[in-house]
Amino acid sequence: MSEITEKDLTLDEMIAQQEKERRRASRKQFWRVFLGRGFLSKACFAFLILFAFVAIFGPLLTPYSPYEQSLTEALAGPSLAHPLGMDSLGRDLLTRTIYGARISFCTGLLSSMFALVVGSVLGLIAGYSGGFVSGLIMRAVDAQLSIPGLILTMCLVAIFGGSILSVSVIIGISALPSYVRMLYGQVLSLRENDYVAAANLIGQNKFEIMLKHLLPNAFPTLIVMFTGSVGAAVMIESGLAYLGIGITAPTPAWGTMISEGYTVLMFKPLPAIVPGVALMLLIITLNIIGDGLRDALDPRLRGKL
Amino acid sequence: MKTYILKRILISLLIVFLVSLFSFSLLQIMPGDPARLALGFEASEEDVQALREEMNLDKPILTQYFLWLRNLFQGDLGQSVIYKRPVADMIAERLPRTVNLGVFSLILGIPIGIVCGVICAIKRGKIADQGITFFMTLIMGMPVFWLGILGILVFAVQLELLPIQGYTPPTKDFGDFVYHAILPVSCIFLGMSASICRQTRTNVLDSINQDYIRTARANGLPEGSVVYKHALKNALIPVITIIGMQVRVVIGGSLLVEQLFNIPGLGTLLTTALNNRDYMIVQNCTLLIALFTVVANLAVDIAYGFIDPRIRITRR
Amino acid sequence: MGEKLLEVKNLKTSFFTVAGEVKAVDGVSFYVDKQEIIAIVGESGCGKSVTQMSMVKLIQSPPGKILGGEVWLDGKNILEYDAKSPQMQAVRGAGISFIFQEPMTALNPVYTVGNQLTEVIRKHKKCSRKEAWELGVQALRDVAIPEPERRMENYPFELSGGMRQRILIAIAVACNSKLIVADEPTTALDVTIQAQVMELLQGIVEEKKTSLIIVTHNLGLVTRHTKRIYVMYAGKIIESGTTEELITRPRHPYTIGLLNSVPKLEEKKGDQLVPIEGAPPSLVHLPDTCTFLPRCPYACDKCRSSPYPALRKTEGEEHYVACHLDLEGRT
Repeated sequence: MSEITEKDLTLDEMIAQQEKERRRASRKQFWRVFLGRGFLSKACFAFLILFAFVAIFGPLLTPYSPYEQSLTEALAGPSLAHPLGMDSLGRDLLTRTIYGARISFCTGLLSSMFALVVGSVLGLIAGYSGGFVSGLIMRAVDAQLSIPGLILTMCLVAIFGGSILSVSVIIGISALPSYVRMLYGQVLSLRENDYVAAANLIGQNKFEIMLKHLLPNAFPTLIVMFTGSVGAAVMIESGLAYLGIGITAPTPAWGTMISEGYTVLMFKPLPAIVPGVALMLLIITLNIIGDGLRDALDPRLRGKL
Repeated sequence: MKTYILKRILISLLIVFLVSLFSFSLLQIMPGDPARLALGFEASEEDVQALREEMNLDKPILTQYFLWLRNLFQGDLGQSVIYKRPVADMIAERLPRTVNLGVFSLILGIPIGIVCGVICAIKRGKIADQGITFFMTLIMGMPVFWLGILGILVFAVQLELLPIQGYTPPTKDFGDFVYHAILPVSCIFLGMSASICRQTRTNVLDSINQDYIRTARANGLPEGSVVYKHALKNALIPVITIIGMQVRVVIGGSLLVEQLFNIPGLGTLLTTALNNRDYMIVQNCTLLIALFTVVANLAVDIAYGFIDPRIRITRR
Repeated sequence: MGEKLLEVKNLKTSFFTVAGEVKAVDGVSFYVDKQEIIAIVGESGCGKSVTQMSMVKLIQSPPGKILGGEVWLDGKNILEYDAKSPQMQAVRGAGISFIFQEPMTALNPVYTVGNQLTEVIRKHKKCSRKEAWELGVQALRDVAIPEPERRMENYPFELSGGMRQRILIAIAVACNSKLIVADEPTTALDVTIQAQVMELLQGIVEEKKTSLIIVTHNLGLVTRHTKRIYVMYAGKIIESGTTEELITRPRHPYTIGLLNSVPKLEEKKGDQLVPIEGAPPSLVHLPDTCTFLPRCPYACDKCRSSPYPALRKTEGEEHYVACHLDLEGRT
């Protein structure tokens, strides 16, 4: 018996050693590729930090409240006091845009974290259990994919209400399928691997083995998917707000602001353009960072794109 | 091949069943009593109770589900509580508008996406690749409605070339249909093209790095044959599956576009129904939309089977 | 000694990666006579495959770049041709043809065998579709594929690995190229099929009067068939000579190590295979000294202080070695 545990340790240690070395090498490579991608990556990285800063310290950056109306100044153009002008109800546009960053950031991050955790667990269960449970989870994922994400979230938000938390969870649900599928695939391909079979023979706990070997393998892809789903979540959140479902006026969400600004677009485009540009920049930034991460983390695509 | 098709069909049926459960449960968990909502708060308790019975709301849940399914098969989608009209009629009236927009978006979006992707892959790193990739990155970062607002601002407000909103059926006046549909269709298809382009580009580049491409080159085949015959077919087969997913994108997009351009289609119907808590419409619209997606995906899967020899020819 | 068909002089190929320049092929020279079989032997990653690919400019650029050298095939320096030029395309397949090591992936999965075979034939021979088809069937028959007409209609995934390897060989011989390069032709195959494939290749060389370069890491596999052997290590040729000379009187410690690690039939009980310690060096930052030094059991102070040893002639027939020491007969 003691012999078995000894062997088991050496096998583990060997794998761990190799993994560690490989990871150290690839971490070096990662930064080289990620930062070596030129100006665009660096600019986007800076942009993201700026967005995060604004989202966190928003209230300190502006003397106004996003709800404070001053109808006499409605639709006023840019001035020293109000650098981007006022919206149709006389609220400071810059202030509302800054608060909008908070909402987008919060929902984006919360929902992606929810999807990351729940999706990974579901994917692991589906891949690990096999048979009926696995079939049920995977078909449920297929079923979910047959309803457009925006429609699914609309329906659920209409039921469960439009607080930031519930919107985040619901958007998170709409992002589940890709995580579930990814981990499911990873587990399946890992099961075929010889060292898992070997560890199995030695009598290690199956689930433990899976986690130990799986997470390092899946980690790069998970990070890339996470960045991607933050962008997608921001997009869905803005769509909900634009349609006025769940997130409604006067919340300073970018989607809501664009929808309000649209009514005066013909003669005063600024109230729609400012939140629109902010929204677009945030999503593009996230997408480009996601691409950079993918190039840097996925050795298969390294140097190709 | 037969087992492949049969398996696909069975899986699709299972998915439809799961979706119908979801749509059905929407009505159950939606806040508020549908009968009360339908009649308003002034209505007497007896009237509400009568309507509950009429809507089968008093029966056990399973019975309700099967009654709902039976009615669906008979073409009875229930009554809209707000408009007091059969839901089937309302959907039939609005469906063609959404379908027209969607079909034109697909017809434009898929080929443009594929062609752009192939150009990017072949001219990798060159100006054409960088230009297209930059443009597509920009498009992918814009929500559909924001793209539409930009379009309106430039082409309708500034240049006064296109209308701000409206819709004409193509059967009535095709020219006018095109005139009104250019902006909304562009909003939907550009996003679709961008994602197809991206995927195609990756696939083609991937396939160019395969061993059989090296074999083809080592055998002295000209670059044209290497790229257009050997790399492209392998790269484009997986792209077919993405096309199935696009139906979902189109419907999601048309929801926003219809709202923006004030087109009375399925999307606006669903949005207003959700805001009015008109659950019969919501329930049936989601099921219908899911059905569309499932059927489209099934068709794509079957087509895939015919095109990919690895599935077409099974040894057993 | 026969007439020279191919002569490679001082070939240099590097890959420029984020980590730095990788000198995959660093001044390699060798030649092949008409109707001769030679082998290029070395561990994976020593640059032997890149050498072959560089001859016909099949190196992906970037990151790869052919930095210099000459490749004389039948009196023409084919390295002067542009990688995508018609002349180079004519060389590939008709002058030098390749058999690659991955039979599972080296054939295009979405076209039939016939389609891929006739396309190559029609590229190099002016003939009709029907004639090309018949030539293709004949080529399959030449490599001893049963029912060649039916195989023409098959997709690669319907065939076994050994069968696919035969089809790759058929494509390579279909156009009567003067030189066949077989890059690890047997690695992915079962041991029983390996010998068959080697016999097949030898038969083809005799019958079609071509020459053959076998690129392999398996010294034991080739000695029966080859006339001469080149041993490569870290992008350079470190020893070369006739097969007999090389296996009976190896002089480079690496060759000695290779020979000791090959199982022999007449092995006595208790004899052990001796592996070569360590791993091949990374080709990014190679030292100026002998590249085998860190793994060499005979390393001495002279080795550590001297620059890389040049290839020098020994007394043996056509025997060259790149080693500071004189290690004759130390097997």
